[in-house]
Amino acid sequence: MTTSRSSRRTFLGLAAGSALGAFGLAACGTSGPAQPGGAAASGSAPAGGGAAGNATMWALSGQPNQGIRQNSVDAFNKLGKGTIKVTFFQNDPYKAKIRTAVGAGQAPTLIYGWGGGILKSYADAGQVDDLTSWLSENSAFKDKVLPSTWKAATIDGKFYAVPAQNTQPIVIYYNKTLFDKAGAQPPATWDDVMKLVETFNSQGVAPFSLGGQSKWTSMMWLEYLFDRIGGPEVFDAIYANKPDAWSDPAVISSCQKVQELVKANGFIKGFSSIAADTNADQALLFTGKAAMMLHGAWAYGSMKSTNAKFVASGLAFGNFPTVPGGKGDPKNIVGNPTNYFSISSKATDEEKTVAKAYFTDGLFTDAVTDAFIQSGQVPITKTAESKLASSPDAPFLQFVFNMAKGAPNFQQSWDQALSPAQAEKLLNNIDQLFLLKITPEQFASAMNSTIGT
Amino acid sequence: MTALAPLAQPGTQTEALEPVPSAGGAKNRLGILVLPALLMFLAFAFIPLIGVLLLSFTDWDGLSAINFVGLQSWQQVLTDPETYHSLWLTFALMICTWVVQTPISLLLGTFVAGQQRYRAFLAVLFFLPLLMSSAAIAIVYKSLLDPNFGLSAGLHLPFLAQDWLGNPTLAFITVVFVIAWQFIPFHTLLYQGGVRQIPEQLYEAAQIDGAGRLRQFFSITLPQLKYTIITSSTLMLVGSLVYFDLIWVLTQGGPGNATRILALDMYIRGFQANQMGAASVIGVFLVVLGLVLTLVIQRLGGRDLRASQMEGM
Repeated sequence: MTTSRSSRRTFLGLAAGSALGAFGLAACGTSGPAQPGGAAASGSAPAGGGAAGNATMWALSGQPNQGIRQNSVDAFNKLGKGTIKVTFFQNDPYKAKIRTAVGAGQAPTLIYGWGGGILKSYADAGQVDDLTSWLSENSAFKDKVLPSTWKAATIDGKFYAVPAQNTQPIVIYYNKTLFDKAGAQPPATWDDVMKLVETFNSQGVAPFSLGGQSKWTSMMWLEYLFDRIGGPEVFDAIYANKPDAWSDPAVISSCQKVQELVKANGFIKGFSSIAADTNADQALLFTGKAAMMLHGAWAYGSMKSTNAKFVASGLAFGNFPTVPGGKGDPKNIVGNPTNYFSISSKATDEEKTVAKAYFTDGLFTDAVTDAFIQSGQVPITKTAESKLASSPDAPFLQFVFNMAKGAPNFQQSWDQALSPAQAEKLLNNIDQLFLLKITPEQFASAMNSTIGT
Repeated sequence: MTALAPLAQPGTQTEALEPVPSAGGAKNRLGILVLPALLMFLAFAFIPLIGVLLLSFTDWDGLSAINFVGLQSWQQVLTDPETYHSLWLTFALMICTWVVQTPISLLLGTFVAGQQRYRAFLAVLFFLPLLMSSAAIAIVYKSLLDPNFGLSAGLHLPFLAQDWLGNPTLAFITVVFVIAWQFIPFHTLLYQGGVRQIPEQLYEAAQIDGAGRLRQFFSITLPQLKYTIITSSTLMLVGSLVYFDLIWVLTQGGPGNATRILALDMYIRGFQANQMGAASVIGVFLVVLGLVLTLVIQRLGGRDLRASQMEGM
């Protein structure tokens, strides 16, 4: 009896002890972000000097940009000016994660962002470096990119970020096959849009694909309608925190049009449960379940990496239709002027040196520009324009480049331009608007109460 | 003497009947045993609680310096109709999950504790959802419930092509369903343990008196499971009060606030609107609600330490 009981006791004691030991070892691990796929490649040894420092970078996951960014970092690491370790995150989770990291003082050296109101909150809290003096010393670098891209990185006349990737206006994508089958033409005006909604619904195809759960996808519709109906002054007033700026008649009219579209079954069934992060909305377009989609220029590259055949032969694209009687210039566009990299003010001097070296020597290399063009995206460097014609995606790239170059006004995405508190309420109210749960007037008064927050 | 034989075993008995040292010494020994858990609780539960309480008196945005603004955040939260909507949704979720999960767990637990054929195999199947992480379950269900590419398209069943996560009412029901799917195994485990402890003699006596299976269940099993039901209900209700990850991945607060329970409201206010003060207020709410709930359930359960469920045995 005694022997069996003590051997069971010994066994249980060993099990508990090893569990505690494992727990202790696990607790000793580093508290850093997870490394999906970034660690293996970027762990490859750089050339030369051990004197060169290290820096970290966070960027968005998803092909093709993830691969292009990884390659650009690997190429820079071989130059011997420093080593950068890049980690990738999905879009919406990244937005929450980066802010927490910045607030906790654990931000990466190179912070990926969209400029605008969030960059302003970082700058106001002293979390990102002022790059104005460095840029005036390195004017060759500054002149490499299109001048219009600097606006969203400028706060009170100083630069707190550098433009980094591609210009991403919002365009309408069409499924050519479905249009040919219906014998229809892409819409030029809003009335055409409503007629097409009827046509496609009668054929059992959803007129528009929409990833409504992500909410910023629904926001893109209002961004264009505000501009087409009332001109850029409508949002400019909102951005300037003018009281009751949301009660502008253009606002009410845009909201009404959107709700008409929803009621006419203009959007794919179940749009409010489809999230854009998984590219489910793009899948609807290229599997033929929806005929049109309003999305950013990045979707071209993303669809190309998933379904190159569709992009080569079945995809058409165009600008947002005009609204009869609208005041906005049809050449105005909305979207992301580009993405930006900021330098964390909490990084060590060594890390900042490496980051700035990356700007001059790794960010806009020919290899990177070519890779972006290859994938169907429009880089923001001036040298890119001449390379566009020879790319296989020339029609789309030249279309987007000319859109961005010739636009009298390029409105930055609202959820990036406004302060986070306003942006959260905005997205929430837009969601309710699309669900037909609030009227345009209720939308306007709810948004008016957020002015100045 | 033969009746006493099973009790006296040389070697085993002496260990069990070791004389206990003086009362003070025993208490010290107990204190030392409790210390690690107490320290963990202090460090990871109690101190952050104080931190959240303090934060609720600020208007911190996560980045800049922390300024104390008195009751401003409290006022902001308490006058926001959204807060009360979230509170109502939280209570609705608690009640719905309890009503759905308890009967099913009870019946499954009783079944799994029995002696039927294939019981062991079915028990393994029923416990599988417990082994998966909430986030993984949510991601899989999100794909399965996609109205265009999910189960309905795969199985060619048009009935399944509802807007499960896009229609406000359906989204709430779906959330209740997925939570139940995940946690029924856990409560089944609790009830199985509870049922296993019920002495056979009670059932034998009832059988002799002519009670059928149904009567036995309602007159013996259920009353004997009283404390298990209280434990399971406490875990269920307090758990659904703070449940976050599954609902977040599924609906992110649901089509237009339809599933924005208090825990999600706290996250959205804190990490999306960057109003840490308001989020901390809701955090304090959750703690107070949880405490009150636990106390009420314990009081309802009527824990009378002198009462016994083994009377007459």
